[in-house]
Amino acid sequence: MKKSYNIEVDCANCANKMEDAAKATKGVKDAVVNFMTLKMNVEFEEGADAKTVMQEVLKNCKKVEDDCEIFL
Amino acid sequence: MNKKQKKMLIRIITAALFMILLHLAYKTVGERQIDPADGSHINEVLIKEPVWFLLYMIPYLTVGYDILLKAWKGIKNRQVFDENFLMAVATLGAIGVALAEKNGDYTEAVAVMLFYQIGELFQSYAVGKSRRNISELMDIRPDYANIEKEDGSLEKKDPDEIEPGSMIVVNPGERIPIDGIVISGESTLDTAALTGESVPRRVLEGDDVISGCINLSGVIKIRTTKEFGESTVSRVLELVEESSSRKSRSEAFITRFAKIYTPAVCYSALALAIIPPVVRLVMGLEPMPGSWIYRALTFLVISCPCALVISIPLSFFAGIGGAGREGVLIKGSNYLEALSKTKIVAFDKTGTMTKGVFEVAAIHHATLSDDKLLYYAAHAECASSHPIAKSIINAYVRSDEGKMRAATRTVSGKLVSDIEEIPGGGMKATVDGVRVVLGNKKLMEKEGIAYLDCHKTGTVVHVALDGVYSGHILISDMIKPGARDAVTALHAAGVAKTVMLTGDAKAVGEAVADELGIDEVRTELLPEGKVEAVEKLLSEKKEKEMLVFVGDGINDAPVLGRADIGIAMGALGSDAAIEAADVVLMDDDPLKIAKAIRISSKCMRIVYENIIFAIGIKLICLLLGAMGAANMWLAIFADVGVMIIAVLNAIRALFVRKV
Repeated sequence: MKKSYNIEVDCANCANKMEDAAKATKGVKDAVVNFMTLKMNVEFEEGADAKTVMQEVLKNCKKVEDDCEIFL
Repeated sequence: MNKKQKKMLIRIITAALFMILLHLAYKTVGERQIDPADGSHINEVLIKEPVWFLLYMIPYLTVGYDILLKAWKGIKNRQVFDENFLMAVATLGAIGVALAEKNGDYTEAVAVMLFYQIGELFQSYAVGKSRRNISELMDIRPDYANIEKEDGSLEKKDPDEIEPGSMIVVNPGERIPIDGIVISGESTLDTAALTGESVPRRVLEGDDVISGCINLSGVIKIRTTKEFGESTVSRVLELVEESSSRKSRSEAFITRFAKIYTPAVCYSALALAIIPPVVRLVMGLEPMPGSWIYRALTFLVISCPCALVISIPLSFFAGIGGAGREGVLIKGSNYLEALSKTKIVAFDKTGTMTKGVFEVAAIHHATLSDDKLLYYAAHAECASSHPIAKSIINAYVRSDEGKMRAATRTVSGKLVSDIEEIPGGGMKATVDGVRVVLGNKKLMEKEGIAYLDCHKTGTVVHVALDGVYSGHILISDMIKPGARDAVTALHAAGVAKTVMLTGDAKAVGEAVADELGIDEVRTELLPEGKVEAVEKLLSEKKEKEMLVFVGDGINDAPVLGRADIGIAMGALGSDAAIEAADVVLMDDDPLKIAKAIRISSKCMRIVYENIIFAIGIKLICLLLGAMGAANMWLAIFADVGVMIIAVLNAIRALFVRKV
C-alpha cells in the first residue's frame, strides 16, 4: 500500500534525514521525501496499519529534525 | 514571503543594525588606541569588559537563538552533525576565542550567525518562489463540474463525484473538468496548458475533448467517458507531482557525499584544533591554541553542505518545471539526467514522423465498385483504432455510398460480427454475412489468397471477400512538416544515430527514412519485432549511451518500456502510453524530441556547474583555512555566498523557452 503525505520542512538536507528516519521505521517498506513538492510518499509493509505506523514515522522524524511536520 | 520568513527578516535587520552600531561604538569608545610615536594610550577606554560581551550578546541571540536551540536538541537526539550544530559551535567558539584573547572583537561571531541566517532566509524564499512558479504553471486542476438539473439550471459539483457517462456543461471561460465527447454545441478550446500549442483547437459535436483545456467561445455539453481520477488532467498533475520523487544519480551522489563530508570536516576541524598546538608544544614552540582553534572554527563554517544539498534537486525541479511549460512532461529527475546522454534515437514512423492521418490514395483491381469495396473494408475496420482503419472509414464516409447510407456520418457496427484483429497483419470480420479479410500481403499469404502487388509506395490493404481476392486499397501517409528539421536538430544535439522502426512495407519505410535523413531503417516489424530491434540496438551500444525510443503510444507500450528512455508523443488520450513512457510530449511535434534533449543538457550543465563550483570553492577555502589564510568572512562566503550563487544558477534551469 502506498500513501502520500504533505510535509513541512525547511532545508533539503533535513528532508533527506526525514527520508532516512521514515525508512528506518518499522512497518515502512520504502519512503521517498520530495523536498521540492513537500511530499512524503510512503510504501507500507503488508498488513501494517498506516495510521499507527505514520505516528511512529512522525516521532522518528521529529527526532532527527525538530522543525518538521507531517500532515497526517 | 510567508509569516515565518517575515519574522526572520525583522530579526536579521534588527540584529544587523544593532551590530553595526556596537561595532562603531567599540571603535570609538571601547578600543585602546596606541600612539605609534611613543606607545602611550591616546584615549581612555570608557566601557570595559564584560559590558561589551553582554552588549554583543543582544544581537547574537536575537538572530541566532533558534540555531542554538536546534543544535541543543540535535545533541539530545544524537543527531550531532547538522548545520545548526556547526554554526553554534563555530560562533560560540569565536566568542570564546575573543573572550580569551580579551580583544573584545565579537563582531565576527555575530556576523557569521547573521550571514548564515540571511543565507537560510534567501534559500527558503528562493525555494518557495520556484515551488510556487512551478505549481502555478501546472495550475490546471478544475474545481467543479456543471451538472444540468431537470429544470435546466446548473449545479456545481465536485468533479470527483461525476460518474462516467454523465452529462456536463462547460461554459465559456471554464476548464473542461473530465475527458469526454461533445454531445452538443461547438467551441474553440485553449489547449496551451496541456500541449504548449498556442493555436486554439476547434471542436464540434462528436469530437473527443480532454480535460484541462479552457473552453473559449461557446457553451458545450459533454458526455464524460472517464472518471475524474482517470482523466487527462488528473494524470498529468499526478505525473508532474511524482516526477521529482524519482531521484537522479547526481542527487543520490550529493546525498551520499553530504553524509560523509560533514562528519569528515568536523573531525578534521577537531584535529586541527588539537594536533598542531600539541605538536608545537612537544617541539618546544609556543602552542598558540587560540589561533588554531580559530582555524578549526572557520573550517566548521565552511563545511556546511547546504549549497550542494539544495541546489542539485532545485536544478532538476526547475528543469522539469521548465520542460513542462514547453509541453514536455518528464517523469523523473533520473530521466532528465539520462536524456542528456542520448546517443541513439529510434522512432516509430506512423504518427511520430508522419501525420498518421492516412488517406486513401487509390483503389486498384477492384472486382466490384470502389465504393462497395470501401463499404466492406470500412465496416470490417470499424472497431479498430489504427490510423489505417480510420482513414478507410473516413474515405467510406466521404464516398457517395457512405453519404447515402450513413446520415449520422459514422460507420454502424451493427452489421459487423466476429471481428478479429491480427496484430501486424490486419483484420477479419463478417460484414452483412460476407467474410471480409483485409490486411497486408503477409496476411493474404497466411490465408492462402492470391493477391496482386501494388507498384506505388504507400500502405497497401488487400481485401478478400469470402476468400476471393477483391482488390486493394492504397493508403499513403503525410510526413509531418517539422520531421526533417527534427532529425537534423537531433544530430545537432549530439545524437549519433537515428533509426526508424516501422511495421510498414520496405519501400514505404525506406522512402520516408530517405526523405527525413534518418540513418537506418528496419521495416515490416511486428510489435514484438520492434522490441527485438530495440533490444539489439541496446546490446550494441555502450553502457553510458542512452537509447531513446519515440512512439505515438499506440501499440508501442512494450517498446517504450524496453528502451532506456521511452518518449510518447501527443499521447494525452492514451493511458497505456502515459503509463509506459518516461517522457510524454503533449503535442505531436517531432521537434520537441530534440528540445527535450537540449533542455536536459542545459539542466545537467547547471547541475555539474553547481557541483564543481560548490565543492571546488569549499575545498579551496578549507585549504586556505587550514593554512590560516582564511578568516571567518571568507568562510561565510564559502558557505552562504556559494549557496546563493548555486541557487540562482539552479533557477536558470526553469528558463528553457529558447533552448
